[in-house]
Amino acid sequence: MESVRKFGELHVPLRKDEDIFYYGKCENVRDIALDYRRTILPAKKYFFRPVEPLMTFDATKGYQPVEEDMDRKIVLFGIHPCEINSVRILDLVFGTDYIDNYYFNRRKNTVIVGLSCVPDDLCFCRSMGTDFAEDGFDLFLAELREGYLVRVGTSRGDDMVNGAKNLFRKPTDAELDEYKQRSNEVIKKFTRSISTTDLPEILEIEYDSPQWKDLGERCLGCGACSMICPTCYCFNVADEIALGTSGGVRKRTWDSCLFEDYALVAGGHNFRVNRAMRVKLRYLHKQKGFVDKYGRPSCVGCGRCINMCPAKIDVTEVINTIRGAVK
Amino acid sequence: MIQPTILSYPKQYMKGNPYVPQPARIVRIIPMVKNNWLFQFRFEDPELARNFIYRPGQFMMLSIIGTGEAPISISSTPTRPGVLEMCVRKTGRVTNHLYTMKENDLVGLRGSYGNGFPVEEMKGHDLLVIAGGLGMAPLRSFLNYALDNRNDYKRIILMYGARSPQDILFREELEALQKRQDIECLLTVDYAYDLPDVPKWRGNVGLLPELFSKVKLDPSTTYAAVCGPPVVYKFVLAKLLERDFSKDRILMSLERKMKCGIGKCGHCSVGYKYTCIDGPIFTYWDAINLPEII
Repeated sequence: MESVRKFGELHVPLRKDEDIFYYGKCENVRDIALDYRRTILPAKKYFFRPVEPLMTFDATKGYQPVEEDMDRKIVLFGIHPCEINSVRILDLVFGTDYIDNYYFNRRKNTVIVGLSCVPDDLCFCRSMGTDFAEDGFDLFLAELREGYLVRVGTSRGDDMVNGAKNLFRKPTDAELDEYKQRSNEVIKKFTRSISTTDLPEILEIEYDSPQWKDLGERCLGCGACSMICPTCYCFNVADEIALGTSGGVRKRTWDSCLFEDYALVAGGHNFRVNRAMRVKLRYLHKQKGFVDKYGRPSCVGCGRCINMCPAKIDVTEVINTIRGAVK
Repeated sequence: MIQPTILSYPKQYMKGNPYVPQPARIVRIIPMVKNNWLFQFRFEDPELARNFIYRPGQFMMLSIIGTGEAPISISSTPTRPGVLEMCVRKTGRVTNHLYTMKENDLVGLRGSYGNGFPVEEMKGHDLLVIAGGLGMAPLRSFLNYALDNRNDYKRIILMYGARSPQDILFREELEALQKRQDIECLLTVDYAYDLPDVPKWRGNVGLLPELFSKVKLDPSTTYAAVCGPPVVYKFVLAKLLERDFSKDRILMSLERKMKCGIGKCGHCSVGYKYTCIDGPIFTYWDAINLPEII
């Protein structure tokens, strides 16, 4: 582990409480929680910060982009396939039409070392096709009885291997066989699923379904599901003025489509005046709008929102009900 | 002599960080209607000021230092470069602050954003511009662009309805157009009464959709561009559909809350699309497929 530190500050899953994990700076490699399932905040916090200064402003000089903290090198170790896929989804958002430099500077300076996992009762990544990471990592470690089967995803990952040659060797046939066996076993462990077949069309058919109103009544509008969602990217922008001066900082902060003022415009008109409309947007955007634009849904089935919702709204249950699979 | 401009599609005209506004100065403030003034801006960078291109129907993100940022549609036409004109309604934090500013004050601008009107595709067709109230602000860009490239289009018809004579945006300009032979300029007001400091209204009194009875339209070759409050869409769209206008030749300019203008922040979503990237100009065909659009 020490050898990766020269590629950047090491960040890993850490245990906060018995079943609560978070990504944080690794002080001691023994703290790494290799058996974690999901962290509170997703890996997006490394690329798209919860609060991020965009630029400073001044009455005479105008606006100057913030560039500090942009070349901080980080090695993000131990992130699961669903999250690697979520980062690829964010790449689409921040890289399409206009390039978001803040995101891509951090993305470029972060090494991603993936880690295989075993699903629990909240995981439905298999339904979303995100239980396997095709790309989006520098190295990917798949757990075996003795050590890990390593996939090298980038040239930078190759450099890391070369930097610690004594730790790596060619896998034996028996080890490759074990990898396949483990893969077959993992498939059987999924207990939760949704079907995305025709889902965008079904959501359109069910646009006026009374279920949205029911959901609107259950939802508390707290926005927790957006904050902990690895693919939610909405943000708000606000200017903060330094006391006693004409200068300040323009910052962006994570936002949620469930907040009441999400579509409130100057003059007082709210385009999404009730909670049912806002909840519906969340589902329709992730499972239809995003598919239309980017060719895939913006959900990776990590189970965080099911776990976090204070009103116990379960995304898989909502979708299965909308599909008519559950009455 | 005004040179017609050939427009490329400026997706990211300003290079570099797309969030950072470029410094610009207020050149002139022209009060038009109560709480709806026309502001002229010029970029500080002379090269940018000279070469800044945009499409009619696009919008800018306007920053007021220390207050914030808001999306504002462009009222000027790229065929008359140098200054950018925006008709701004005094309604929120940013616009309230703007109304306290003076000529030569510094603001920030970034853009231009959005799809704009498909002015190339519309070549060789009749243009019907229908504005209600403040809807004239974005449509003025399109109207003047078409008039500056007059040979590219066949008939140009403007229908504009305001509440009363003192609510007409660009009144002098539009009354001057009524004298031109190459545009049919129909103005109407919902009601009129004489005020001492407003020129007497000698034009039509009646609701905007009633203007349809005053012109003969050829829907087979006409593009209609509509902008106004929701009630305008309701009645004007009905009139157009009655006449069998193709649904993709009915164009509407929409407004939503925006924080980034570049398809990231999410606030401007209509149905499954983003107003800032997929709009703000949507066709009626889009509207049928986007349940929340109007």
